[in-house]
Amino acid sequence: MDAELKPALIEYCIALGDDSVILGHRLSEWCRNGPFLEEDLALTNVSLDFIGRARMLYSHAAELEGAGRSEDDIAYLRDCREYRNLLIHELPNGDFAFTMARQFMIDVYDMAFFTELMQSQEPTLAAIAAKAVKESRYHLRRSEDWIKRLGDGTEVSHERVQAAFNQLWGYVNEMFSVSEQEQLLIDAGVAVDRSALQQNWHTAVQAVMLEATLETPDEDWTISGGREGIHTEHLGYLLAEMQFLQRAYPGQKW
Amino acid sequence: MDSLQASFDEKIANEQRIEPKDWMPDAFRKTVLRQMSQHAHSEVIGMQPEGNWITRAPTLHRKVILLAKIQDEGGHGLYLYSAAETLGTSREEMVQALHDGKAKYASIFNYPALTWADIGMIGWLVDGAAIVNQVSLQRTSYGPYSRAMIRICKEESFHQRQGYEATMVLARGSAEQKAMAQDALDRWWWPALMMFGPHDTDSAHTGQSMKWKLKRESNDVLRQRFVDQTVPQAEFIGLKIPDPELRWNEDRGSYDFGPIDWDEFMRVIAGDGPCNRQRLAHHVRAQQDGQWVRDAMHAYETKRQAREVA
Ligand SMILES: [Fe+2]
Ligand SMILES: [Fe+2]
Ligand SMILES: [Fe+2]
Repeated sequence: MDAELKPALIEYCIALGDDSVILGHRLSEWCRNGPFLEEDLALTNVSLDFIGRARMLYSHAAELEGAGRSEDDIAYLRDCREYRNLLIHELPNGDFAFTMARQFMIDVYDMAFFTELMQSQEPTLAAIAAKAVKESRYHLRRSEDWIKRLGDGTEVSHERVQAAFNQLWGYVNEMFSVSEQEQLLIDAGVAVDRSALQQNWHTAVQAVMLEATLETPDEDWTISGGREGIHTEHLGYLLAEMQFLQRAYPGQKW
Repeated sequence: MDSLQASFDEKIANEQRIEPKDWMPDAFRKTVLRQMSQHAHSEVIGMQPEGNWITRAPTLHRKVILLAKIQDEGGHGLYLYSAAETLGTSREEMVQALHDGKAKYASIFNYPALTWADIGMIGWLVDGAAIVNQVSLQRTSYGPYSRAMIRICKEESFHQRQGYEATMVLARGSAEQKAMAQDALDRWWWPALMMFGPHDTDSAHTGQSMKWKLKRESNDVLRQRFVDQTVPQAEFIGLKIPDPELRWNEDRGSYDFGPIDWDEFMRVIAGDGPCNRQRLAHHVRAQQDGQWVRDAMHAYETKRQAREVA
């Protein structure tokens, strides 16, 4: 790969790591709060997968960078404006319907995204993607089941999950908009052209929603900015909590 | 009836396990259920103090270890609930008894996890104490309970080692970290000793449970074993056990230790510890918040089955 692309590649790995670490963190908030014990443990499993994914991506970024940063330096010592995750990952969990609708939307996206990334010219990214696909296949089976259960369950669950999709719909566009820097990596065969995934994503999501007796949201509002470090107000609180010990006791080993 | 009792007694005498289909005295069934449901509830309620630090774990590695550990505990809870269900009481009934204040859980989980050092301390001391008890219970006379203990113990000793290792890192870290570890030991040591229950002379259930071989060793024997194994571990990492009367007794080949504050123990058992109300309210709230989810799941399942028939 072209050495000029290295900074962009490092950024790319960190951005993907940010998606994973932030969603993993949100899911970990469910631990001991799940709707029943089995589901509590399953949510924790998914959380662990995302945190594991983030660690691989950060470690790879740190290795490429060669400046002595660790995975933890990347996770714990950057502020809100330096985080690059897509906004949908950082939204507060809401109720179980909101968490599951978000999860389903992300799982469909991740399946397509990481399947493509397996073809990356960058072998480590391709290997990480191969592992991610296996995990996401399982995540998607779960979240898809939940969308059907909630959508076609009771009146209450139907309303809740419909409301969740309605609230989340504005965050969809961002998942498929490509930055200039990213385009360079796409041209080099390293990164995935996310814009090309949008059509299939809508088809897949809407098929499940239809089966779950849910309606495609009628929502024109959209927002983006995560990849540029323009986040929701929620991220600052998440980071304040997550980074507390590293910030309060700088430079220590844990 | 007498022959049933005789065959039960014979099994106990011959170190055979009582299995769910075997006849057993009502009092035996009640006692095993009380003990197993209490153990299951402890695993699940114990997720709360540790859960308090998931989102603040200091590194990604520690976060993964902690999450996986708490997940293990929940898994122990599940496994113990289903083992206890062999006695004819459902998990829902056991949870209801917990919410009604009729069933208990380990008193240790009514203390707050205030600093990161508490997470290491819980693994080291609380899982450590639990293992001493559970290794002994591997030979308990109720088959499903015995098998549950054998299965769970491996994971518990893994937790204990991880907790000790996390504590060691702090004890060998900065002055602030070491103080954090010492403070945590100061707060958790005595409650950990209380985990083994009252002295043998004051224990309401010990006598009968020992005769039934449900309990294989007494509270004081188990507590002493825990003290003897833990004191050198504390010394090795340079932490001080908060007990001025603690000293090695050459004649006994054991450590002597100071008096336990049984008033505090009774207060916490009775529901008035620092976190009893919080722990129970949390469990009740999670259960209530999840009701509509469980309802949806059942409604969907009913519809799906109806469609399959049609
Ligand atoms: Fe456990
Ligand atoms: Fe246990
Ligand atoms: Fe444990």
